[in-house]
Amino acid sequence: MNHFPEAWGRPRDDVYGAYDHSYLQTTGPKAHTSSPAVTGTSVLGVKFNGGVVLATDNLASYGSLARFTDVKRLRVFGSNAIVGFGGDVSDMQYIDRLLESIDIRENYSHHGNMLNAKNLHTYLSKVFYKRRSEFNPLWNHILVAGYDGEGEPFLSSADLLGTTFSAPHLATGFGAHLAVPILRRLFPEEMPLEEVSKEAAIEALKQCLKVLYYRDARSMDKYSIAVITKEGIDIKENEVIEGTELGFC
Amino acid sequence: MTSIGTGYDLSNSVFSPDGRNFQVEYAVKAVENGGTAVGIRCKDGVVLAVEKIITSKLLKPGANKRIATVDRHVGIVSAGLVPDGRHFVSRARDEASSWRGVYKGPIPTSALANRLGGYVQAYTLYSSVRPFGTTAIVAGWDSEAELAVDGQVGTGPSSGSGGKVEGAKGGGPGLYMIEPSGLYWVSSTSASASSPIYHPNPTILPGGYYGAATGKGRQAAKAELEKLDLSSGNLSLADGVKEAARIIYVAHEDSKDKEFELEMSWISSVDGPTKGRHEEVPKELREEAEKAAKRALEGEDEEEEEKMEE
Repeated sequence: MNHFPEAWGRPRDDVYGAYDHSYLQTTGPKAHTSSPAVTGTSVLGVKFNGGVVLATDNLASYGSLARFTDVKRLRVFGSNAIVGFGGDVSDMQYIDRLLESIDIRENYSHHGNMLNAKNLHTYLSKVFYKRRSEFNPLWNHILVAGYDGEGEPFLSSADLLGTTFSAPHLATGFGAHLAVPILRRLFPEEMPLEEVSKEAAIEALKQCLKVLYYRDARSMDKYSIAVITKEGIDIKENEVIEGTELGFC
Repeated sequence: MTSIGTGYDLSNSVFSPDGRNFQVEYAVKAVENGGTAVGIRCKDGVVLAVEKIITSKLLKPGANKRIATVDRHVGIVSAGLVPDGRHFVSRARDEASSWRGVYKGPIPTSALANRLGGYVQAYTLYSSVRPFGTTAIVAGWDSEAELAVDGQVGTGPSSGSGGKVEGAKGGGPGLYMIEPSGLYWVSSTSASASSPIYHPNPTILPGGYYGAATGKGRQAAKAELEKLDLSSGNLSLADGVKEAARIIYVAHEDSKDKEFELEMSWISSVDGPTKGRHEEVPKELREEAEKAAKRALEGEDEEEEEKMEE
């Protein structure tokens, strides 16, 4: 111990070299998220006659490490909307709590009109855009599923920049490359929604999940799947991809 | 009141020499003029009811609700000055939301009552404000099921440190009444007001009143509540709804010349009709309860007439 109290308890400069004060600054520019930390991979969604089905696997990766294996990335909002999250898990938690507070406030009024999936998607895309405009984006790519104001099945995406995109079938992340071509082959553009059955939509997503499990190194074989129909939301969160064969690896 | 001219009622927070705070007592008078409000704590839920005097035929029936929802699981009804009641509810919502911000879960009813009690009491202390002209009944159901933390993504470890305690039970109905002085009562059997989350003895339910009444018809209402033997814990929520409606009708007998609307809400257990949420009692159920209430009143009248004839 020397006679400089400010040096007490610190690594000695003569042993460890001078401390680099650029690591811990109290002044200067504020640092924002410039890359996600714990991430979820693809979210898949398909509209069918009378509803929508969404699926994600249950993995949250820390870089390339398969870190958390029971992460629920499908979040239910109110009684008839679901948000599927890809990207940063902590930002997903933030948005989930935000949605919770909105749902609580919605119930304070007595008119009984809840936000539908379309309203929710518009709102979330604007939250994303606001945050990217502050150079502090919420690092997610989401799918919102449910019904629009006319009661028609609704499926749309929004990303960390606030970009929105709608189609009868959608996928985020790796799924955008691997699952969308499969879904387009199964449900071509000219095929009317009335001809897509619930069972066919679910089967298609299971097939896509399996392809993604084989090809996407940030995926796993445990998944969640949510089916939204007029009867309500049927969500299963501990499913396992069946019939996988990894013996050839 | 002998205080006229003494000057002890001119400012808040001033005691009279005999230890009274007149501003608070005047606020209580404002409550005593308000429409009757009652709350009943049943074994599987809580019910709130209020007598809403129709002040103008030009107001839309069913509009201007007097029972408000706070978070999802708490309902508040107040008697007295309506705007004061609205401000009180607004504060309650802020408290519930800030609780979620810190603890990532719903506020226990007792903790909410505790914070609101403190808030109301602060309005008796300063000369720049006046006390609340309301007595509020705060009813809630603390979930007896294990709730996920807000934003929780996984299920966590099933054993070891951070694992769950098997068979730990908590939750249940709560009913509190906060007066203009900030006074509210908790039952001694419930855990402390600020940390009631875990109950070592699951047979003892969270507390407050078994039945609470305030407003103009509170005396009649309290007499009726006492007849119900609520402390035995046998009254079901469905019967509680009928009793609440009847009690409001009984309490209205003294101001029969004025028309009124009955407003009712309830909170059931998690496996009950409202799934632990505070909701308006469905129209059909309320109308049924009102019919029964009217029949019960007519029955009483007939009995009295028979006695007179004898």
